[in-house]
Amino acid sequence: MPEIKIQIKNLYKIFGKNPKSALEKVKDGVNKDQLLEKHNHVLGLKDINLDIKEKSIQVVMGLSGSGKSTLIRHINRLIEPTDGSVVVDGEDVLKMNDENLRNFRRTKTAMVFQRFALLPHKTVLENTMFGLHIQNIDEKEANTRARRWIDRVGLSGYEEKYPQHLSGGMQQRVGLARALTNDGEILLMDEAFSALDPLIRKDMQDILLELQDELHKTVVFITHDLDEALKIGDRIAILKDGIMDQEGIPADILLNPKTQYVKDFVEDVNRARVIKAKHIMSKLNGQDRDNAMFVDQDDFIDRFIDKVISDKPNCLIVKNKNNDEIGYLSTKRLSEILKR
Amino acid sequence: MEKFFLSEFPELSRETLRFIKKGFDTSYRAFSREYGDTIEAVFDPVLYFLVWFEKLLQNSPWPIVLICFLAIIYFGSRKISVTIGSLFAFLLIGIFGMWEDTMSTVSIIGVCTLLSIGIGIPVGVLMAKSERAQKICTPILDVMQTMPSFVYLIPVVMLLGIGKIPGLLAVVIYAIPPIIRLTNLGIREVDSEVLEAADAFGANPRQKLFQIQLPLALPTIFAGINQTIMMALAMVVIASMIGVKGLGQPVLKAITNQYFAMGLFNGLAIVALAIIFDRVSQSFGHRIQQHRSGARE
Repeated sequence: MPEIKIQIKNLYKIFGKNPKSALEKVKDGVNKDQLLEKHNHVLGLKDINLDIKEKSIQVVMGLSGSGKSTLIRHINRLIEPTDGSVVVDGEDVLKMNDENLRNFRRTKTAMVFQRFALLPHKTVLENTMFGLHIQNIDEKEANTRARRWIDRVGLSGYEEKYPQHLSGGMQQRVGLARALTNDGEILLMDEAFSALDPLIRKDMQDILLELQDELHKTVVFITHDLDEALKIGDRIAILKDGIMDQEGIPADILLNPKTQYVKDFVEDVNRARVIKAKHIMSKLNGQDRDNAMFVDQDDFIDRFIDKVISDKPNCLIVKNKNNDEIGYLSTKRLSEILKR
Repeated sequence: MEKFFLSEFPELSRETLRFIKKGFDTSYRAFSREYGDTIEAVFDPVLYFLVWFEKLLQNSPWPIVLICFLAIIYFGSRKISVTIGSLFAFLLIGIFGMWEDTMSTVSIIGVCTLLSIGIGIPVGVLMAKSERAQKICTPILDVMQTMPSFVYLIPVVMLLGIGKIPGLLAVVIYAIPPIIRLTNLGIREVDSEVLEAADAFGANPRQKLFQIQLPLALPTIFAGINQTIMMALAMVVIASMIGVKGLGQPVLKAITNQYFAMGLFNGLAIVALAIIFDRVSQSFGHRIQQHRSGARE
């Protein structure tokens, strides 16, 4: 089992003049609208519990105003919570003093922002070195490290350009390079690709997944785009009005939406591209191997659906990496999943 | 006869008013007698520097001074046109016999500007960092900018007498508000997302100030420096009333004696200086924000 890297427990955030007294009311059951109307406080987050596993990509998804950006800012404490705790590697972030918090931010985390937040007066190279300069790391080493990541995100040759001279996609590559150069174990990405146009966004998603295969960071990724969430998330948490509606692996959220909100959200998703064989298989039960078809557990449905239609097998046998048979899938079940 | 209450403002009696004014003046006079020398001593280094600078400009051979000026103008503005224009302006000033006065004025403006920058930028930073400092400073700046300059000349002269230092103080008081205000504004205008990014990377307040806030506020601060220089130049005539040498004194003489041509020449020399200072500081200000438009040279 992978270790829990970030543990968020009973987190509340209320914006307003007197959040502590408003907190009591929220805990007594006052909802977001009532709180705003009667008490003039805004409920940002309500009782959030989330365990984020090491070396995985945790997506937090929600529409604007759902509190997702507020949530990610609690992890590196850019926002102080009203109540609750955030524990990273066994240490409570909220109990750190200024100095410890700065060190934590310098070494453990790095952040990528929706609107890039690059320093306009510094070049691409200087921007990428920013985190290292803050840590007072020797100029030569900073330079080497920064250049390596600029190269890795495909920006070689642009080192001396200023951010204003780059397109949005390229600016966000700088943002990504800046975060990676910092070499923290935790990568916080606040709607990092939302401001990019669709093709560029897809590119960036691919870059991120490719890098993640190699770097194994703990990534917290905020998005309002379900397709993006399903594509890159190992797990997805869905926020609505500051409340976490559901948390789980993508297939689970698609197959068993817990609330109407989530149900509406996932309705139009192309399931064949999100659900893998292992997500929908049943236990082997002496199935007939006549005219059976074998599929890998990690194959998405759209990898084998064409073959199912042309070969018309009786059933599908699911195998793992060691070629052991671990489950089966009836064509009836398959068509149910796809029809829903 | 009893005055009607509504037609006459109910004012304090003459005695009371005189008592208040006299009491105020007496205590201020006592204060200046007691501490005048000490306060003057505080400004001694500034005075030495000012005198040294003035002598340097006046006693060095004029071609050397002129070449130095033109070099500074060229490297500040990187514009041949401004440099050549300045050359002609200085030549005319010299030919019309105003070289020495102009050097005095340049030296006092230079020192005033340096003092204003040295005091104004830290005060502006403080205002930007603390709401309380902003609340305290804003009305003081309002008073400094709107109070007729003659009024604050009075206590300065009472305290320090007539001469360079009181003149310098008067100029600085008059000219410092823009740089304070624009430093404050420039820092407050820095994009909050960029600051958040700096926080997220663990920058401490000093790193934020020197690596982000001041560099990004620099164009605005430069607009403030430009304003400060212009206002200092505008004060030279008033400052000459309390004994500051330079182009202001002939103007003052021209007013009292009705010498129109003399006033005009010296006035034009002040205008020429103003234009040169303005063009140089503006193009310098533009150059330091290159990242906003064209590529690096």
